[in-house]
Amino acid sequence: MIEAKRLQIVVCIKQVPDAKSVRFDKETGTLVRESAAAVINPYDLHALEAGFGLREKLGGEITVISMGPPQAMDALREAVSMGADNAVLLSDRAFAGADTLATTRVLAAAINRLPGFDLVLCGKLTVDGDTAQVGPGLACRLNIPSITCVNHIDLEKEAMLLTRTYDDGQDVVKVKLPVLLTVNKSLNTPRLPSFKGKMRAKSLQIPVWGCAELGLEPAETGLAGSPTRVIKTEVVSFEAKKEMLTGTVQEQVNALLERLKAHGMA
Amino acid sequence: MAQVNYFLTEEQQMIVDVAKNITAEKIIPVRASLDEREEFPWDIVYELARSDLFGIYIPQQYGGLGMGCFEMCLALEQLAYGCIGVTTTFAASALGGYPILLFGTEAQKEKYLPSIASGKRLGAFGLTEVTAGSDAAGIQTTAIEDGDFWVINGSKQWITSGGDAEIYTIIAMTDPHKGARGASAFIIEKGDPGFTFGKKEKKLGLRASSTRELFFTECRIPKDRLLGKRGQGFILAMRTLDLARPGIGAIGVGLSQAALDEAGKHAKNRIQFGQPVITFQAVQHMLADMAIQTEAARALVFVVARTIDTGVKDISKLSAIAKVFPTDTAMKVTTDAVQVMGGFGYMKDYPVEKMMRDAKILQIYEGTNQIQRNVIGQALNKEYMN
Amino acid sequence: MTQKNTGIWVWCETHENAMTSVSRELLSEASRLALKRGTVTCALIFGSDIALLAKEAVSFGADRVYLVDHPALSSFNDDIFTAILTDLARQYRPEIILAGATDRGLAFIPRVATSLETGLTANCIGLDIREEDGVLLQTRPAWEGNLMATIVCAEQKPQMATVRPGVLKVSEPDHLRQGEVISVECNQEWLTTNIEIISSSRSINTGSSNLAEAEAVVCIGRGIGSGKNLEMAKEVAALLHAEIGATRPITDEGLLDKALQIGQTGVNITPRLYIGFGVSGAMPHVIGIKNAEVIVAVNKDPKAPIFEMSTYGLVADVNEVLPAMLKALKGEG
Repeated sequence: MIEAKRLQIVVCIKQVPDAKSVRFDKETGTLVRESAAAVINPYDLHALEAGFGLREKLGGEITVISMGPPQAMDALREAVSMGADNAVLLSDRAFAGADTLATTRVLAAAINRLPGFDLVLCGKLTVDGDTAQVGPGLACRLNIPSITCVNHIDLEKEAMLLTRTYDDGQDVVKVKLPVLLTVNKSLNTPRLPSFKGKMRAKSLQIPVWGCAELGLEPAETGLAGSPTRVIKTEVVSFEAKKEMLTGTVQEQVNALLERLKAHGMA
Repeated sequence: MAQVNYFLTEEQQMIVDVAKNITAEKIIPVRASLDEREEFPWDIVYELARSDLFGIYIPQQYGGLGMGCFEMCLALEQLAYGCIGVTTTFAASALGGYPILLFGTEAQKEKYLPSIASGKRLGAFGLTEVTAGSDAAGIQTTAIEDGDFWVINGSKQWITSGGDAEIYTIIAMTDPHKGARGASAFIIEKGDPGFTFGKKEKKLGLRASSTRELFFTECRIPKDRLLGKRGQGFILAMRTLDLARPGIGAIGVGLSQAALDEAGKHAKNRIQFGQPVITFQAVQHMLADMAIQTEAARALVFVVARTIDTGVKDISKLSAIAKVFPTDTAMKVTTDAVQVMGGFGYMKDYPVEKMMRDAKILQIYEGTNQIQRNVIGQALNKEYMN
Repeated sequence: MTQKNTGIWVWCETHENAMTSVSRELLSEASRLALKRGTVTCALIFGSDIALLAKEAVSFGADRVYLVDHPALSSFNDDIFTAILTDLARQYRPEIILAGATDRGLAFIPRVATSLETGLTANCIGLDIREEDGVLLQTRPAWEGNLMATIVCAEQKPQMATVRPGVLKVSEPDHLRQGEVISVECNQEWLTTNIEIISSSRSINTGSSNLAEAEAVVCIGRGIGSGKNLEMAKEVAALLHAEIGATRPITDEGLLDKALQIGQTGVNITPRLYIGFGVSGAMPHVIGIKNAEVIVAVNKDPKAPIFEMSTYGLVADVNEVLPAMLKALKGEG
């Protein structure tokens, strides 16, 4: 077993709009943020659970961090109510509009400011961004290996034995700490908040770190620090919703495949 | 629309939220399959263990939350909204814990309560026998003193969580000639020599809960397993059940609410003669009666539980009332929910037929509703003597 | 040394020494973009015993192929692949780097982009060159396909994107096409890694029951008719990279495994695409599919409730639809 050395685990989470409640503004081609209830990105719950499982086996401490607006504090409190030991909110007006490159800059600065870390856990992707880029990008900045799509974790002397999935199968890899893992949903079943956890979450002081605390220039963060720009968004037309296709069978089939192609599905 | 306000404290609301979340996320998605396969819900037991709810009524010094009967009822109602089989496993552990809390020595409390509070070990309670159910004086299981040991012989029937629980409080006759006053309570641990289990019973409902017979064959346990004083067994059983019965009422409330919600939603969506069936007065009146009875049952359970938590003595009558009305209500409401949903309600694709099968046990276990009426009647007889 | 910031690079993923289909799609697309941009298409192939793939890359549009051929590259390793691509990009300064949005691509391309401090757009479904300044226009779905976003990385080079497999059109290979093949000596520093691959298992067919997380699902309902239709539906599913699911009557009859049952008493699914063949849309089933992004229903009963919730409805006989779909998907139509 990896020495019971009180593993320092960092879990990165993101608050995302609840997929069940989002609506879209066809005029502006954007998401109506106010419409949606906010939840912890579902994949991140599995990253948290992986942290809890490792802490139970090895001892240690879980620090959960999140970059987001002040409301993201709720997501951190929920993570604490499930069992995280510490939390830090990374929030600054300058952070708004960050792409994944600028996001990893902030997360890496925060993790480097912690007393130390052995393991960084992230969800495989976030359901709002759907890029799967932040985990590996963050590992690159921390100068540690990343293993994505982790399905199973075994502990060995000095190393972790990980099963990771690919589109066409899976590998078992061995990696020494420190390492960053992004996890699949099939890794585990996330726990729910406990009573004592909720009590603790209510009273825990959660620090907020911005550019000043992290030693970052505002220009390195947020939109200013992001090389990519979204120049246009449009709501995918759902005029077609409940469209009954017409014509001969072959015409209907052709019309269907055309539409599926437009969705990027065929 | 306004809802009844029970003026919960922030902590009480947290109990509700924690239990409600477990019901929605962990219980409802699997209840049909647990029922179908008669599967003991270990995954949910682990979740409940992590949630701290097993320790609601146990003092903080033993790892519990130091709350009372009312908070137990809040949790039980929420869990029962999902599945009363699962909820019964949860409640049965408390039935094993209450007697230790009420009558245990300091050493016994320190030994057993923390693991019950944390959910690491499940508790169970064994009173009923083939010859003794409602008539507790008919107990034939014996405990005979032998040096530093007690030797137990006999059996207990239909014990909830039997075989799955690890800490059992059972009642055995130490002085059979004294009748009910010759009964004593003992703590038995799974693994004690001579302590075995019968086969898992097949049941009409409550199929996620396990029920087995307990067998004691020259079962030797150390002397310090005697719980309370010798001869206190019957009183211990009655005090335990008095505390637990409002919880069974709360289970009835949760089950009634679930059945009402299912029936109401279905009646809103089901179109007949061009309109939702909820617009027909015949259906509306059934739903209205279900709502009236459920709301009244909840109010009754909560007010009795709060009264018990003030520490009043002699709660048998109130506790019996808080069991009978909500459980009779649950039977009626679940039956009517099936009726409102018609053919859909009768099919296993919808949850209300299970609710109706499950409801029946509430009128039977922890003292049948007929026995409860005896208790209430005897109490009235006493009250009107003066 | 090549000119700065020119060339469109494609990282060509390989599978058992063969090029994956997304690599062919990307090469085809890259050569189309290169034509528009007036630059060259370069294929980057890392592996062991892969020399033969250079010719294939050229036939799909590569003007130049960088081959890194070394036994240590026989399996994918995040550290090693990151080091190679990063170093080569630093050395040759491509204008654009494209890769498939596969699990391997998504595992290391973000590391490369971060090392190069440049932007990266994930899961694109469309690429184009902006007329006025030659910037790469990257279109990707967002919010589970509810939004379509166009993204640029105008200030930094290279511009990087991962592209969803199966979306871009593959060109006809031109086996007479000529291209330059550059064998890159494998630098020992690249092979430094903390990741040790213990074992690999590969399956062409990604498991039998990935229903819950499947991107596309073909569901068989009571109206499927004959066993022959079931086989055709399976073929349609394979062509659409879809998992097979079923309604309860089908699993009850044992036509398909119980584990494939979708709905309240089975699996709840959230695919991008759901196609129901002969599914009527009973409530317990519908509950399990309501989160699908696009629901296609094929049923000959126009009153079947599934049409109420379907994105596209085909009121038609499954017996006729299945052969027509197979024909169209195989490109015989």
